[in-house]
Amino acid sequence: MYSFDYHRPGSVADVAKALLANPEARLLAGGQTLIPTLKQRLAQPAAVIDLGGIADLKMIKRDGATLVIGAMATHDMVARSADVKAAIPALAALAGGIGDPQVRNVGTIGGSVANNDPAADYPAAVLALGATVVTNKRQIVADQFFAGMFSTVLDAGEIITALHFPVPKKAAYAKFEQRASRYALVGAFVADTGAGVRCAITGCGAGGVFRSAEIEAALAKMFAADALKGVKISVANIMGDIHGSAEYRAAMVPVIAARAVAMAV
Amino acid sequence: MTTGTGIGASIKRREDFRFLKGLGRYTDDMTMPNMTYCVFVRSPVAHAKLGKIDLTAASKSPGVVAIFTATDLEAVGGVPCGWLVTDRHNKPMIEPKHPILAAGKVRHVGDPACAVIAETYAQARDAAEKVSIDYQELAAVVDMKKAMLGGAAVHDEAPNNLCFDWELGDKAAADAAFAKAAHICKIDLINNRLVPNAMEPRAAIGAYDLATEEHTLVTTSQNPHVIRLLMGAFVLGIPEHKLRVLSPDVGGGFGSKIFHYAEEALVTWGAKKIGRPIKWVAERSESFLSDAHGRDHVTHAEMAFDKDGMALGLKVDTLANLGAYLSTFAPSVPTWLHGTLMAGQYMTPAIHVNVKAMFTNTVPVDAYRGAGRPEATYVLERLMSKAAAEMGMDQAELRRRNFIRKFPYQTPVAVVYDTGDYDAHLDKALALADYKGFEARRAAAKARGKLRGIGVSAYIEACGIAPSSLVGALGARAGLYEAATVRVNPTGSVAVMTGSHSHGQGHDTTFAQVVADKLGIGIEMVDIVHGDTAKVPFGMGTYGSRSLAVGGTAIVEALNKVIDKGRRIAAHLLEASEADIVFENGAYQVKGTDRKKTFGEIALTAYVPHKYPIDKIEPGLEETAFYDPKNFTFPSGTYICEIEIDPATGETQIIKFTAADDFGNIVNPMIVEGQVHGGLAQGIGQALLENAVYDDNGQLKSGSYMDYCMPRADDLPSFDITTTNTPCTHNPLGVKGCGEAGAIGSPPAVINAICDALRDYGVMHMDMPATPEKIWRALQVAMPKAAE
Repeated sequence: MYSFDYHRPGSVADVAKALLANPEARLLAGGQTLIPTLKQRLAQPAAVIDLGGIADLKMIKRDGATLVIGAMATHDMVARSADVKAAIPALAALAGGIGDPQVRNVGTIGGSVANNDPAADYPAAVLALGATVVTNKRQIVADQFFAGMFSTVLDAGEIITALHFPVPKKAAYAKFEQRASRYALVGAFVADTGAGVRCAITGCGAGGVFRSAEIEAALAKMFAADALKGVKISVANIMGDIHGSAEYRAAMVPVIAARAVAMAV
Repeated sequence: MTTGTGIGASIKRREDFRFLKGLGRYTDDMTMPNMTYCVFVRSPVAHAKLGKIDLTAASKSPGVVAIFTATDLEAVGGVPCGWLVTDRHNKPMIEPKHPILAAGKVRHVGDPACAVIAETYAQARDAAEKVSIDYQELAAVVDMKKAMLGGAAVHDEAPNNLCFDWELGDKAAADAAFAKAAHICKIDLINNRLVPNAMEPRAAIGAYDLATEEHTLVTTSQNPHVIRLLMGAFVLGIPEHKLRVLSPDVGGGFGSKIFHYAEEALVTWGAKKIGRPIKWVAERSESFLSDAHGRDHVTHAEMAFDKDGMALGLKVDTLANLGAYLSTFAPSVPTWLHGTLMAGQYMTPAIHVNVKAMFTNTVPVDAYRGAGRPEATYVLERLMSKAAAEMGMDQAELRRRNFIRKFPYQTPVAVVYDTGDYDAHLDKALALADYKGFEARRAAAKARGKLRGIGVSAYIEACGIAPSSLVGALGARAGLYEAATVRVNPTGSVAVMTGSHSHGQGHDTTFAQVVADKLGIGIEMVDIVHGDTAKVPFGMGTYGSRSLAVGGTAIVEALNKVIDKGRRIAAHLLEASEADIVFENGAYQVKGTDRKKTFGEIALTAYVPHKYPIDKIEPGLEETAFYDPKNFTFPSGTYICEIEIDPATGETQIIKFTAADDFGNIVNPMIVEGQVHGGLAQGIGQALLENAVYDDNGQLKSGSYMDYCMPRADDLPSFDITTTNTPCTHNPLGVKGCGEAGAIGSPPAVINAICDALRDYGVMHMDMPATPEKIWRALQVAMPKAAE
């Protein structure tokens, strides 16, 4: 790790100020990607601004038909939250399946969504549930938020403060793990939102998380695992590596989506 | 069930308290006054000429004490190889120099070109980043089959990258056997390359005392005396009495810490050069690129059978990857530890093994848990199950039909099995696995849409490689005995100095049990001391499942000397003839009387020799023994694996794993069970998960835990383990060794189970690791055909 200046402001406004003063600074949420990157000397930020001192960002609450989760809620908080379990049990289950206990106790939903790792779990939930990303400047709907692998539409100096999840009729997330990292080789989040079926796929998109039109079309006809038999996913935008070729991952998308549908409650 | 703490008791490991409480003392826990820190600059490319190494910026970096390159080490020897293989043309293997720091060329990603020493670790890292090296890239040699064709050469001395072309057995006899075969089973397989991944990364501290002219090396070694010998004699020219090597607590080795590594030599040499101690600790990513890897064979094998399934002959052709340099025992692994195991448990009368060992631009390959024996077992046990499937025979029955039942048994591949009872563990394993009930379980799985399979593997192992005269004739440049000193203190407590290093095996407990049992004293009276050349008389170390059979026997031999001396002292004190004194339950007693002296009383008398036959017996009670075994020991066993495959994804789940092992006599059943569990986890890891993957440019693509899959608890079933006991006939404890069996026997059991599950689809082989994608692909090819 190279040396850097460390800041721990107490409010979002102070974070924004600190960012203005240190344009090269990196925001630290749970640090599950940033800290290993720093340790391996792959990044050399002049300053790190820790969001961990802002109590407001850790709340979780039900607000009518919306579940509101603060950006700094840890995966463990989401997994254990009674509000989350009652409103969107699939989201609690997803959070409980991220990494290991050490990761879940530190990693945050806001950090995961902002990082947009192509194999991360949360982006699939955000996209499939049609969530809204709330920042210190605006509200961004999920369909417009993710902008390719490790990329989002967040501006410099823009800070995620919360995620608003509309409560679906039913939903589930199924993950086929890459055995070494246990990240998703293929992850499928399916949701019957009431206004239609949405399915987001993570782990295998060449451009990161994506909605699968083929899966959604099949499930719109019948929200059942059997509806996905024979559905084919083009390999065009699927990535491959030593853990799974694009062809294999594409073939797994309907299989894993069907598992999710079978689990959906 | 044995009670107490002696031989046969499942007492808890004494060393675990300090390990679990964080009180272990590892190399990196040690700090010496005025210590400096070393970071190696390692090659980012697989093969390159070294152009200019520019140290200008690095030298000016804060805290830098010294920077060394090959130029500084011209007077220093290369890392030596401890085994000379002579090939089938009677030529010695090609043995290129392995410089401490790369000289002229780098030959694998991770090859160290430069050592940067600074006041702190962070400063050393900062400076290392400022070293500028002009790597003039050359074509990388990665694939062994391509390597043989010439073109790029890792070493100029080996233009076709062939280190040796070795054979064992009788080719003419094997050819004749094949000519009369009713069935020939053929297989092409890969034994995948593995990264050892000991929990504690390697580390070393070098120090030099100007006053005594004594060098000290603290290192993560399985055999500190071997390091002292290799580094002292062959690399740095330091005589033994001026070189102390300590290996304190060591967090696992699995073979990777047997070898002498360049980093140890550099810190030892450098410490004298700069007049300050130097510490180096590997980062995990550095371990991936610098610890000797394991396995990596590509094999074609054929086995001939008569119409009744009796094996007539076996022919094996293997390409063995040695990596870029010859690691310490690398040449012995694919040869004498591999070819000699090809008889397995079977009476196959004619066997021929050919091994071509290749240099490539990859990390050196050497012994890893099992070392050659897993590779041999995989070949043979895959052939047996594949042949059974092809001949329409039951895989267990085919094995039983071919079992060796008369001992001693001279195999056609040099070794002589002293004893064994293969039916015993096969029967036990079949019963425990409910082998008979399998077809019903297969049918039930099919109804659930799953493909269920069962795989048998009947392994043999050769442990405690010996005797020295034989291994010397085979090319070993060392003896393979073990030494022990038993020091009885005046008040009857005992310190045992053993050459067998413990780095997870539980010697502190097992050896103490042996001593307590033999002397009839409490285990708390026994200390086991290892890992320091200044304390232990000598030692060849821990590998090849040799510690109890060889090191334990050395302890027993020293104990026998102690007991004999005590008898002479007791005879004097009890005024009886030596022949009339029996030693039992910790006391010397005159036969047929109640006159006796306890072991403690005798010890005290030996050190306070007031009433003592001083003209006949020396005072004191301390004895040393060196033990050189007469033969290998031959543990054997039957493993049965039952799996289910989800055809939609190709995922394999191990439903049940049964292991029945014959380890001879057992000192601590619980520790043995733990050893088997660990071995099975590694073997199953190889079969399903672990794989060191190089790309065509020689970059290690699986260079971290994000990409290299270690087996985890939830990848494994709860094991069903049992033992049979046919004592070894040539050591006094009747023990055989248990450390590697699990890793040797399990990979073929898993793959045999997978192939059994896929038998209806015509899939006859599946390479390791059997990933979901590989299985899914095989099914994509086979399913449409099966549906026709």
